[in-house]
Amino acid sequence: MANIILNFKVNDELKQLMIDDRDSLADVLRNQLHLISVKKGCEVGECGACTVLINDEAFDSCIYLAIWAEGKEIRTIESLMDDSGNISDIQQSFIDEGAVQCGFCTCGVVMSSIPVLEDDKEYTRDEIKKKLSGNFCRCTGYENILNAVEKTKKHRCNKSKL
Amino acid sequence: MYDIGRIYQATSTQDAVEHLVADPSALIIAGGSDVLIKSHHGKSSGCSLVSIYGLDELRGVTLQDDRSIKIGPLTSFSHITKNSTIQKYIPVLGEAVDQIGGPQIRNIGTIGGNISNGVTSADSASTLFALGANIEITGPSGKRVIPISEYYVGVGKVCLKNGELLTAIYITKENYENFTGHYIKYAMRNAMDIATLGCSVICKLNSQKDTIEDVHIAFGVASPTPMRCPKAEEAIKGMKITEEMLHVFGSLTKLEVNPRSSWRASKEFRLQLVEELSKRALKESIRKSGGVING
Repeated sequence: MANIILNFKVNDELKQLMIDDRDSLADVLRNQLHLISVKKGCEVGECGACTVLINDEAFDSCIYLAIWAEGKEIRTIESLMDDSGNISDIQQSFIDEGAVQCGFCTCGVVMSSIPVLEDDKEYTRDEIKKKLSGNFCRCTGYENILNAVEKTKKHRCNKSKL
Repeated sequence: MYDIGRIYQATSTQDAVEHLVADPSALIIAGGSDVLIKSHHGKSSGCSLVSIYGLDELRGVTLQDDRSIKIGPLTSFSHITKNSTIQKYIPVLGEAVDQIGGPQIRNIGTIGGNISNGVTSADSASTLFALGANIEITGPSGKRVIPISEYYVGVGKVCLKNGELLTAIYITKENYENFTGHYIKYAMRNAMDIATLGCSVICKLNSQKDTIEDVHIAFGVASPTPMRCPKAEEAIKGMKITEEMLHVFGSLTKLEVNPRSSWRASKEFRLQLVEELSKRALKESIRKSGGVING
C-alpha cells in the first residue's frame, strides 16, 4: 500500500487528492468528496448502484481502482443540476413516472441512462432496456424506470428536431 | 478499500515484464472485473498486483498489412463491439462480447482479461476459437505467438509463465474472409449472467451458396476449456445445405464434447444444448452468407 496523489476532474471541477492506492473510485468519491449519491450496494459490479460516468462511459465505481482515474473526467448525478440548483429533465421524469421507491438504486440508474440520453441516435425500448441491464432495482419492477428514460429520450429527440 | 498488499502501475509492456519478473507472486490486473471480485471475496488477501490498465499501447483494433486483424488485449468489450474493423470483418466477435454482463462490465472488462482468466465460459473465447485466433505473449525472452487452443492449459489456467503477459490477439485473413458467423449464449437471463453453454460457428459457402465449403465450431462450457469440434467440422465440409446436414453436424458435435454437471445445468442438458445450438448457430451463419436450407 501507498499514498498517492490523484489528479482528476469530478463534475467539471479539477481535483487533487491524496488517496490510498487500494481505494476504489467509489471510496474516494464518497469518503473524500462526499458525493454520497454513489451508493455501495453489492461492491462486486453486479447491482450498478455505484454507477458513474468516466469519460462519458458508465462504470461501476466500486470495482474501478481510484488510481486509474488519473487525468479522467468523472460525472455523478450531482453534476446534473443546473446553476440554480434545479434538477434535470431525467430526474423530473423519474418523479413523474413513479420510477423511485426506496431510491437506493436511483442515482445509478439515472447515470446509466445518461449515455442513452446524450447519444444522437434514437433508441428502441429494448435498446434502452439493454443499456440499463447492469442496474438492479428491487422495488419498482423496472417498467416505470423504462417509462421515465424512454419519455425523456423522446422529449430530447423531439427538441433537437425543432 | 481492497485488500491489496502492493500495487504497481506499469508504464510500458517492458516495464510490466520487468516487474513481473522481480515479483513472481504478483498477479496481472487489467480491467479488474475478475481480479478485484476475487479480492473482495477474500481469495487473494494481501496480494501483489501489477496493473497494466494504463497501457494504451495494448488497446485498439487494427487491420495489418497482411490483412490480419490485431486486437489489443486491453480493448474493452464495448469498444470491440463499436469498432468499425470488427463490424466490417468479424461482426460475430462484436456480437458475442456484447452479451457479456451488462453495460458497465462491458466498459471495464477487456478481451485479454476474458481469455487470460482461463475460464471456459468466457463469451469471447468460443468465438476466438472459431476464428482460429493466435495469441502473442511477451516475456523476458521476447515474443512468441501460439494458437489460442494452446493458451488454455486447464481450468482457470493459461500458459503464461513468470514475467509473461498477453500482448496481442491476431485473426488471420484465411480465418475470416468470406466467412460469416453467429454466436449463441444460452443463459438463464439476457444480462448479468454467465453462459450455461456458449456456441460459436463461422462458415463459408461455395459460390452457388448451396454447399458448405468450410466451417469452424467452438464451444464454451462444453469441456473444462473452450474447444473446437474438428470431426464434426470435417464431416460436413463439401456437404449440400440440407436439414440432414444440420442433423449430422449436431449429432457429431455431441460426441466430441465433454461437459460436466454443475449447479447451472446437468451434463445431459448441456449435451442437448450442444446438439441444438450447433444446428441453430450454423443455420444462422448460413443465412448470413446468403445460403438457403433445402430439403
